[in-house]
Amino acid sequence: MNLILFTFIVLLGFTSYYFGRKKAYSIQSTKKRLTALPQFYGYYLAIWCAIPAFIIFSLWAIFEPTIVKLLILSDYSNQGYLDDELNLIYEKTKALSRGQFTGEITPFIKASAEKYLSLRSIAQSSKAVIVLSIIIASVAYAYKRISSNSRTREPVEKFLNAVLFTASLAAILTTVGIVFSLIFQTIDFFKVIPLFDFVFGTHWYPAKAFVRDSSEALDPTMYSDTFGAVPIFAGTFFIAFIAMCVAIPIGLMSGIYLAEYASYKVRQYAKPLIEILAGIPTVVYGFFAALTVGPFLKELGTSMGLEVSAESALAAGGVMGIMIIPFISSLSDDVITSVPQSLRDGSYAMGATKSETIKRVIFPAALPGIVGSILLGVSRAIGETMIVVMASGLAANLTLNPLESTSTITAQIVVILIGDQAFGDPKTQAAFALGMSLFLVTLCLNIVALRVVKKYREKYE
Amino acid sequence: MNKNKEQLLNKRYKAEKRFRLYGQSAIFMALLFLTVFIFKIFSTGYSAFQKTWLIVPVTFDAELMMLEQNPSKEDIQDADYYDIALKSMADLDPNANEDQENELKRMVSYFFEKEIKNELLNDPSLIGKTKEVYLTASDDLDQVFKGNYPRDLPEDQRRVSDYQLKIFDQLVANGKVESKFNISFFTNADSREAELAGIASSFMGSIFSILVCLMIAFPVAVLAAIYLEEFAPKNRFTDFIEVNINNLAAVPSIVFGLLGLGVLLAIFQLPRSTPLVGGITLSLMTLPTIIIAARASLKAVPPSIREAALAMGASRMQTTMHHTVPLSMPGTLSGTIIGLAQALGETAPLILIGMVAFVNTIPGSPMDPAASLPVQIYIWAESAERGFVEKVSACIMVLLGFLITMNLFAQIIRHKFEKKWS
Amino acid sequence: MIKIKAKDVDVFYGKKQALFNISLDIEENQVTALIGPSGCGKSTFLRCLNRMNDVIDICSVKGKILINDFNINDKSCDVVRLREKIGMVFQKPNPFPKTLYENVSYGPTIHGMAQSKQEMDEIVETSLKKAALWKEVKDRLHEPGTGLSGGQQQRLCIARAISVRPEVILMDEPCSALDPIATAQIEELIDELKKEHTIIIVTHSMAQAARVSQHTGFFHLGQLIEHGSTDKIFKNPDNTKTQDYITGRFG
Repeated sequence: MNLILFTFIVLLGFTSYYFGRKKAYSIQSTKKRLTALPQFYGYYLAIWCAIPAFIIFSLWAIFEPTIVKLLILSDYSNQGYLDDELNLIYEKTKALSRGQFTGEITPFIKASAEKYLSLRSIAQSSKAVIVLSIIIASVAYAYKRISSNSRTREPVEKFLNAVLFTASLAAILTTVGIVFSLIFQTIDFFKVIPLFDFVFGTHWYPAKAFVRDSSEALDPTMYSDTFGAVPIFAGTFFIAFIAMCVAIPIGLMSGIYLAEYASYKVRQYAKPLIEILAGIPTVVYGFFAALTVGPFLKELGTSMGLEVSAESALAAGGVMGIMIIPFISSLSDDVITSVPQSLRDGSYAMGATKSETIKRVIFPAALPGIVGSILLGVSRAIGETMIVVMASGLAANLTLNPLESTSTITAQIVVILIGDQAFGDPKTQAAFALGMSLFLVTLCLNIVALRVVKKYREKYE
Repeated sequence: MNKNKEQLLNKRYKAEKRFRLYGQSAIFMALLFLTVFIFKIFSTGYSAFQKTWLIVPVTFDAELMMLEQNPSKEDIQDADYYDIALKSMADLDPNANEDQENELKRMVSYFFEKEIKNELLNDPSLIGKTKEVYLTASDDLDQVFKGNYPRDLPEDQRRVSDYQLKIFDQLVANGKVESKFNISFFTNADSREAELAGIASSFMGSIFSILVCLMIAFPVAVLAAIYLEEFAPKNRFTDFIEVNINNLAAVPSIVFGLLGLGVLLAIFQLPRSTPLVGGITLSLMTLPTIIIAARASLKAVPPSIREAALAMGASRMQTTMHHTVPLSMPGTLSGTIIGLAQALGETAPLILIGMVAFVNTIPGSPMDPAASLPVQIYIWAESAERGFVEKVSACIMVLLGFLITMNLFAQIIRHKFEKKWS
Repeated sequence: MIKIKAKDVDVFYGKKQALFNISLDIEENQVTALIGPSGCGKSTFLRCLNRMNDVIDICSVKGKILINDFNINDKSCDVVRLREKIGMVFQKPNPFPKTLYENVSYGPTIHGMAQSKQEMDEIVETSLKKAALWKEVKDRLHEPGTGLSGGQQQRLCIARAISVRPEVILMDEPCSALDPIATAQIEELIDELKKEHTIIIVTHSMAQAARVSQHTGFFHLGQLIEHGSTDKIFKNPDNTKTQDYITGRFG
């Protein structure tokens, strides 16, 4: 039904385009000058036809379910049902009306289902009528306004401009969406678990927070020593640190080599090859870390008499480091190449060797940009999920031994949210609180890094 | 003094050499990682493209199948194949006791009944006759045949018993075990049994997600880029949008998963585990990538083109739509493909919106539950069966194949169609 | 006395030949100016003299350039030592993004010329004094060199170049980015410096060449058309092309 109506609106849009243009031609044939190309008359009419209709159509689609639900549930008001129970009744009603209901059919539900069906059909037909009458009204209005000296190009272009502007808001909306999706669950979480316990607690056992019934859910004493995020934060930064220990030296040195030493040919092949590393999906790295690197390190450790966990922080961090190499190398390569040649010339003319020029002139000049790229790398390491989920442990140990297993923010989010979630549950909320902290940390890192890099670019452009 | 200088110079040259060596070894290390990586994936994965079949004589005994004389097609369809299937496996060793017969049955996939049925459906004249039928070997025997199975482990640590191995070796000796190209890997949906599991469902899931992602992200991103590059006034609000886009491009992907879960599933009540939700989530993630690429290629169009069009009396909108945007398309498209390639490899956000569910049907639309290729990799990698290891690697090979093709395609578009402005 | 002797120098950028068969002698402790229209190869020739063309991958140099009777295009020549002896000042002032002090002490540091902090201070001071910059900057030696005015930056670059006491200083249009007052200061400085250094200056200003140099070479389309004492070139050139250029008929 919706689809038919939708297609109908689109078709009507095209027709009105045709009529608009036709009217323009007929005005032209009377030897009057048009103020815009005939197409614009078409666009003008088409916009007037489709846009009001679409607005009504989408508003209807958004509000119809809520209103129907309210109407259905109004029969059950004053009967002392809880919100959850009312929701259940509504779900049952819907299922029954679709004929998918399995279970005992009470007369109440049956009545509701019938009411639901009739409401829906009323809604559908009134929607069609309203949308069509809107189309007729607005097209008639617009058609009458078209004349030889009416302006059509300006309104059409203004409309397009508005569309473009709206599209550019998408990025802001996404950010708002992220904050919105995180903040409510996070606030609910901190209503039950004190912020202090979360930030300074050293025990993280979300599995303990298994809720048996809803009366327990809001009892804070249940969760003492359950949601202390220190081991998680420590693990996150520890693994990121290991990753950067691998990525910074290798990435930076290869960036420098590619920018300053490599011949055109070597650069041509080596650069894209290294960048392949950046294109490999992280789940593949995770598999590699879990299947190859973890067991390899374990065996290596055993042969040296060390006890290495098969899911050691070292394996996850090391592989993560490999993943970050290309980010650092290509960013620092860019930064170094953008150092002006005149500085190199000045240094070479003084009789400096290449490495002296790099270490004493280019590197200090490029330092802000390089720091920026490293910060972006750290932000990636902190936000990386799949490698840790697959290769590092899921138990949150508070340790600084790279051979033991630790867990990270991202891994815990996945562990908690994989499978079914109940939204009122502190465990689910904990995942969102972790997500919030992850978002804030990476946001700060990104803002600082992007600023530093931007400042640096401006300096040499 | 001169000698000192000589020494210093030597030292400086040594430092130079050392530094150069560091650089070379860094490049070498990075390339070594890449090689080890690719080698490991290929060496474990290539065998998944072969599938092991046992050739077993099956007697299509009408009585055992409960078939009357001259059965119709429907009768054959509804006949009972379990008994003849069991019997033909048990017949491999006439002296087998009951336990051993059970073990014999487990040498092939649980699908064997259906394979026998299909054989008869293809040729109904087989009733009463005996024919050698190709049956899918169990995943463990599949691994044994490919040489991936540690046969020298003690029996109680193996999933394949000594007895099964004995019979299997006999079959091999008689040439009754064959390896063929594994078509079912590409046509089957996921399965709990490694020998039957395929990538068709997750592949379709990926395709649907990417299509949804493309359909949302591309238009919005291009329009946004046009606005920001061509029409936006320089003010604080535009700066804010710009900072926002750049930050968004660096937000961890899992946060987008939380967005999908918290907004798309919880508030908009969209169906869980579907490519629709996955695609929307991915599109929000790819949006900044495409906007940045599109803006860069709009910026690369020289102002002289715009001035020329404006001087001809074209409006700004016409200038943009007729000249600037078409000229910037190659760069935008290649940026879009790269963004989609990233989205195609993304796992974490899809897990959060439930695309990790076990799906053993092939989805027919973006509204059906599905997995995606990277999620399939994750699911299989977490499975204990040995047979899944090679499947994971093979799935990775398919995924990497797609990513490489997409990136090459982006390169080609960029080099072939992009105008170089001097 | 002849300091530098160039013999049959050809320079190629890839397949394109930029210099044809240049032979030129340069006198010690005098200023030699290289003039000619833009793109004639005078800067390219200058960059041959301290092998700065090595930096450009596609550039190849043939022929002999003898400095103190030693061929610098020889394989055994060490560019680092060569460039220590032959300083260079560039068209655009290019101080390193470091402090004034670090800029001037850069050369002496990498070449190990100072044994102590005191010695280094002395080198920095004398270099800045010779470059006529000391008075202006002595109180802000530890501020960044990029904060100076254009003329000061260029004199800083000269101070940097002379800090390693080079025998020859190459100047590639050192005043083209400067205003007339700064230009006059640099020209005065060049006159002072020639007492201790051999100076070769590329310039597009004929007036400048006439003011500062004792010898002049005229380049056109990659060829050295004429060279001799500045007086002779400006008053009585042999070649009509030189005559035309001097009198401003082309270029």
